[in-house]
Amino acid sequence: MTFTSATSTAVSTQSPILIDARGPRFGAAITSVLLATALLAHSPLVVAISLVFFFIGALRGPQFTPQGLIFKKFVKPRLKSETTLEDVRPPRFAQQVGLAFTAVALVAGIASWSALFSVAVGLCLAAALLNAVFNFCLGCEIYLLIARLR
Amino acid sequence: MNSLLILGIVVVPTLAFGFWHKSTRGKVRGNSHGSTPALSAEELGIAFGSRVTLVQFSSAFCSPCRATKALLSNIVEDLPDVVHIDIDAESHLELVRRLKIISTPTTLILDRHGVEIARAVGAPKRDQVLASLAAIL
Repeated sequence: MTFTSATSTAVSTQSPILIDARGPRFGAAITSVLLATALLAHSPLVVAISLVFFFIGALRGPQFTPQGLIFKKFVKPRLKSETTLEDVRPPRFAQQVGLAFTAVALVAGIASWSALFSVAVGLCLAAALLNAVFNFCLGCEIYLLIARLR
Repeated sequence: MNSLLILGIVVVPTLAFGFWHKSTRGKVRGNSHGSTPALSAEELGIAFGSRVTLVQFSSAFCSPCRATKALLSNIVEDLPDVVHIDIDAESHLELVRRLKIISTPTTLILDRHGVEIARAVGAPKRDQVLASLAAIL
């Protein structure tokens, strides 16, 4: 058997890991509550908790975050709507963006840079809310813009 | 500043943006930029459809791109004079810049000469695509 070199077509048709599309959206709702709390209480500790969750999601995928595990164990069995599967890469990209923003927020919080803390947490909260309420796809909107800068 | 006020400054515009954004996604909008071909068949590496070509730009970090691809390839199955092609935006950045594509999925509806007749930003609904094709074909 001979192996031909991988073409771009072969790469893009590789079957991606699929997860329940409702999971990341449920996770974003919990993240929104956490970040709203962080903003209200001006709490670097709550930001640190979100950062750890985003870190797991960015590294392994949103299905392994505490929100993902709660969804799988308690929420999914109670849902009646049809399961739609989605590629894990778009929500994982969103987790990476969340990680970057909470990292900035945490540094700002520890250094007592109050304005930067609020801006970073605020932007992260906005993205999480859009995801939870409107099923907003962060990767769709910003990935190409970042790629275009290159 | 009052932290409740800051929360309001974040949440209210975010929700307003979300409603606006949702209402614009997937809409097929006519193009009024003239009649110069946007693309050539050589650039795409495929022959244009004899009537219409649907050129979809996708990226790896885009969930609705998969759904859009499935929808459009399903639609063109029954239409022998319409061709659908899905392009990875990231590996065609020159094209993306020239055609002013900002987000994925973006679908261009081209006539047989490659002139852009309309485009849909976001995942279009079946009815919207069929209606715009009916207007052209």
